[in-house]
Amino acid sequence: MSIAPQPLQSQPEATQGAIISLEGVGRTFPGVIALSDVTFDVLPGEVHALCGENGAGKSTLMRVMAGSFPQDSGTISYRGETVTFASPMDAKRRGILLIHQEISLVPELSVAENIFLGDFPKLRGGRLDTKKLYRDAEHVLEDCGYDLDAHAIVGDLSLARQQMVEIARATAFNCSVVIFDEPTGALTNQEAEALFVTIDRLKKRGVGIVYISHKMKEVLTLADRVTVLRDGKVTGTLSGEKITEREITRLMIGRSLDSYFHRARRRIGEEVLRLEGFGVGGSAKTVDLSIRAGEIVGLYGLVGAGRSELMEAVFGLRKITSGKLSWCGQLREISSPKDAVRLGIGFVPEDRKEQGLVLGLGARDNTSMASLRRLVRFGFMDTIKEQSIFEKYRERLEIKVSTAKTRVGTLSGGNQQKIVLAKWMATAPKLLILDEPTRGIDVNAKAEVHALIGELAESGLAVILISSEMPEIIGLSHRIVTIYQGEVTGDLAAEHVTEDMLVERVMNPPERFADLLIG
Amino acid sequence: MKDIGRPSARQLLIAAAVLVLLTGGATVPGLFSFDNITQMLRQISVTGIIALGVTFVVIAGRLDLTVGSLLSLCAVVAITLHDEISPVAAVTVPIIIGLVVGCINGFLVAILRLNSLIATLGMLSVLQAVALVWTSGQNALIDRPEATWFAVIGRGYLLDVPIPVLIFLLLAALTAILLGMTRFGREVFSVGGNEIASRFSSIAARQVLFTCYMISGTLTGMAAIVFSSRVMAAQNNSGSGLELQVLSAVILGGTSLAGGDGGIGRTIIGVVLLGFIQNALLLIGLPYYVQWLVSWVVIIGVVWADVASRRGRVLA
Amino acid sequence: MESVRYLARNPVWLLGLGLFIFFSVTTSHFLTAYNLSNVLFQCALVGLLATGLTPVIISGNIDLSVGAVVGLSSCLVIGMQEQIGLAGAIAVALGSGLCLGLLNGLAVERLGVSSFIITLAGMIGTRGLAFLYAGDTSLSAIDEQLYDLTMLHVGPVTLIPFIFLTAVLCFQWMLRRTVHGRNTYAIGGSRSASTNAGIPVSRHVVINFIICGLMAAICGVAMAANLGAATPSYGKDYELWAVIAVVLGGTRLRGGKGDLIGTFAAVLALAILRNGLNMLHVAPFYIPGIMGLALIAALVLDRQLNRASKTAE
Repeated sequence: MSIAPQPLQSQPEATQGAIISLEGVGRTFPGVIALSDVTFDVLPGEVHALCGENGAGKSTLMRVMAGSFPQDSGTISYRGETVTFASPMDAKRRGILLIHQEISLVPELSVAENIFLGDFPKLRGGRLDTKKLYRDAEHVLEDCGYDLDAHAIVGDLSLARQQMVEIARATAFNCSVVIFDEPTGALTNQEAEALFVTIDRLKKRGVGIVYISHKMKEVLTLADRVTVLRDGKVTGTLSGEKITEREITRLMIGRSLDSYFHRARRRIGEEVLRLEGFGVGGSAKTVDLSIRAGEIVGLYGLVGAGRSELMEAVFGLRKITSGKLSWCGQLREISSPKDAVRLGIGFVPEDRKEQGLVLGLGARDNTSMASLRRLVRFGFMDTIKEQSIFEKYRERLEIKVSTAKTRVGTLSGGNQQKIVLAKWMATAPKLLILDEPTRGIDVNAKAEVHALIGELAESGLAVILISSEMPEIIGLSHRIVTIYQGEVTGDLAAEHVTEDMLVERVMNPPERFADLLIG
Repeated sequence: MKDIGRPSARQLLIAAAVLVLLTGGATVPGLFSFDNITQMLRQISVTGIIALGVTFVVIAGRLDLTVGSLLSLCAVVAITLHDEISPVAAVTVPIIIGLVVGCINGFLVAILRLNSLIATLGMLSVLQAVALVWTSGQNALIDRPEATWFAVIGRGYLLDVPIPVLIFLLLAALTAILLGMTRFGREVFSVGGNEIASRFSSIAARQVLFTCYMISGTLTGMAAIVFSSRVMAAQNNSGSGLELQVLSAVILGGTSLAGGDGGIGRTIIGVVLLGFIQNALLLIGLPYYVQWLVSWVVIIGVVWADVASRRGRVLA
Repeated sequence: MESVRYLARNPVWLLGLGLFIFFSVTTSHFLTAYNLSNVLFQCALVGLLATGLTPVIISGNIDLSVGAVVGLSSCLVIGMQEQIGLAGAIAVALGSGLCLGLLNGLAVERLGVSSFIITLAGMIGTRGLAFLYAGDTSLSAIDEQLYDLTMLHVGPVTLIPFIFLTAVLCFQWMLRRTVHGRNTYAIGGSRSASTNAGIPVSRHVVINFIICGLMAAICGVAMAANLGAATPSYGKDYELWAVIAVVLGGTRLRGGKGDLIGTFAAVLALAILRNGLNMLHVAPFYIPGIMGLALIAALVLDRQLNRASKTAE
């Protein structure tokens, strides 16, 4: 990371020699302004980090750059020419590659076939030039310094190795801009280090890199320049000395962290849930956890550490392999969500669109989905009661819908999330499990959700909060439990927790490196 | 309704069907005569009763292709039992068979989680075999059709309205209430709209699916009784191809194959429209297999309309 | 070693072998040269369908209209011979399969609708076309020309089984060694990744449907040639046999996995089963039942195998 950042004159559009530059780019979606008047560029051989909260417009920006959809206004120039990308393939052919958070490979095919997917070497008559395919692939892999077998089937590889295949593609296509979207989300430290080496290698060849990450540490070490987005607008571009955590945070949220979160007053009551020797899935690791009424417990761990799996087991969606669960002091078995709801557990799942809502149904129908049992009178649905409950939460949560029948698929992320919350509040739970409750919703809605979580706890609800956003989890929780590979590695009082303390406990302890290396 | 301004693809399609119907009325003599309409309604009531049950399955996001051969099976059983045991057996056993087959389908799709289309296609074949074995390939007949109260179900009239039509309307009312006004109905829509989210909301998706197949099977058993009482005879392939007719009626009415959207009212519209079109074709004197071509065109057209109106939502 | 592992993944070979031994022991007429050539011929007809269907399923689709295409093409080849000669009739029959395949493929890709529905509707529509052309009657060949074709020998095998075996080898080669074949796997494995990588997904899907339609038409012509006659109901339920064979042969219904060797083995095993049941004097009434159960069993197997491979990851 020794390349000196280019000196930056006042505004980004003045930069010379950019590979790709966006000027005044805007993009709206029905009901949402995702980007407005964004100016952004990438120089050869630099890492330009893109920061911002969820919903700030990062992913829209990178998709516009990678040709997933066009901008509504503004221009994109690539190597000095104004361009319009017809498709992701078009962008890729010109040398812009987006490496998604979700890996976009064909698991059934070999490494070599995946590297050259869509561009297989041909012989006469449509025959595949197998020799050339594997020779070239081995070449590319060698070039990247990857110890991968070109013949291996991608589905058999670890996630980190699959990502290597994606990066090898960038080399194979001779890309001049590579966009990384949260690349280390599912990687171990060791694997992340390997990725940074690759990035360095790409830099040295003059490739421009856009790096999107939530992890401040990575941004601080890797980035030559940092551009921060908020509400679809650029709030600043930093370079050189000016790249500091403080400054980035200020640009991201526009105010200091302390005033942003309001931690609920601690009014702790009786114990609600206790897990002892609780094990899920094939892992032999078990968890002990206890939560009381009025308490917000943050559950922090890397993606894949087993946070969601653990909570899904509590909610009866997964089989428990060992251990005991007590509810309000009594041993209970929860074998289906029905049992969980009957006890008084609510669960706001991670994936709003897949797990949280029926997008084709109306707002009211979605709101009453989890409490249908309570809405039956003489065998029929009590629609009057149902409507009044919907109205109550619509008012309380300030849900913006035109009618009770409006399909929730047409609502913004924030309003959708409020409906999921309303659905669970309508069941009058004692324990609410929130899995990434503010993912992908705008800043205002986020603040509202945060305030709501606090209110709920103050009214005596026990809340388990899973979040990947450290400020959120530190700002809201009373207590933070850290999880690493299905095991509890810390139980901290939130007042004194720093981000470093959390990172330390959720990253793999060094002595475990050896058994993590796969392949 | 909310989207009055621009017609949706489905509305266009219904408009097209009505247009075809009116053209038919103008060109085919007797299409809209009272006698013809009552006859037509009497004929469609069998398809209609089955379509009511299939509507549940389709809204839950699945398919049931067994209904055709299930009808054959139940009909041959009804006819043979009528003379061999008693008319009472003829009106009870088919319903039980329908229920049992519905449970088997439910088990395959809801519990074993098999692809509903292929699994019910397999069951279609199995039921065909059972019907064949039951009849040994012979036609089943009721010896003295004029001397049994069983004939009333399919051939009788009440105040000039054929009894089968009344049965259809009664069952339509019951299913409409079940689907539109009860918790179970709500759960069917949820499961069809998003099964995962339903499970996450503590809805027992498997039970709901299972029940939908049970309803479909039971109603098919009832339809078979009406059918055999009307015809007073049955063959092992009496219901062959019916599953597609029913499916086209359901989706012509506007119940989405993607699941989560539809209704009994729509199904009735679909059944009546399709009944008129087929009746018109017969009155013109076209052979029965022309109906198959019509089904082809209708299904493709309706599916296109369905997709166009949701734009981008692809059936899985 | 490699072959042992292959067998473990594709238990259908063992099933075929087991059935072979079982019927050889229990019936006296099974293990005769005459009967075995009969089995080979029987399996060739369904085999042609299953061979064409395999790439379609690998690409994540299905074609349920193949049985109806058999009916249509068999009627066309018999019915057209008088007017335009044998070669012309064969060309028209094969052309019909090709066109219907094209139609199905385009409908699936353009409408973006599940191929299940499109081809299910296509099945009944195509059958309607067959009846429309031939009426409610059966057609008989005007001379023996067509039948004579089936008597041609290539080495010890007659023409129709020969075409089947050649098709299996060609298709296996196509799937393994051509760009189209590898892209077919890619599309079935992950359609979105394939689209992202710029593979012309629609083109490959449509090509597979065309090939499938063509193979179905070849099957129809072969059937008509063998019997010297055709009725529009020929090929009824053949789509079921074909799907059973493909799924039983280890091709994943969801796409992305499978090969012709497995399909071949499954076709053979099913033909042995059918023939053997005949030898045991099982009434033909039971055949559709056994077929349906086999389909459901294949489906359960498909689920189990894929669940197993998922947990292995």
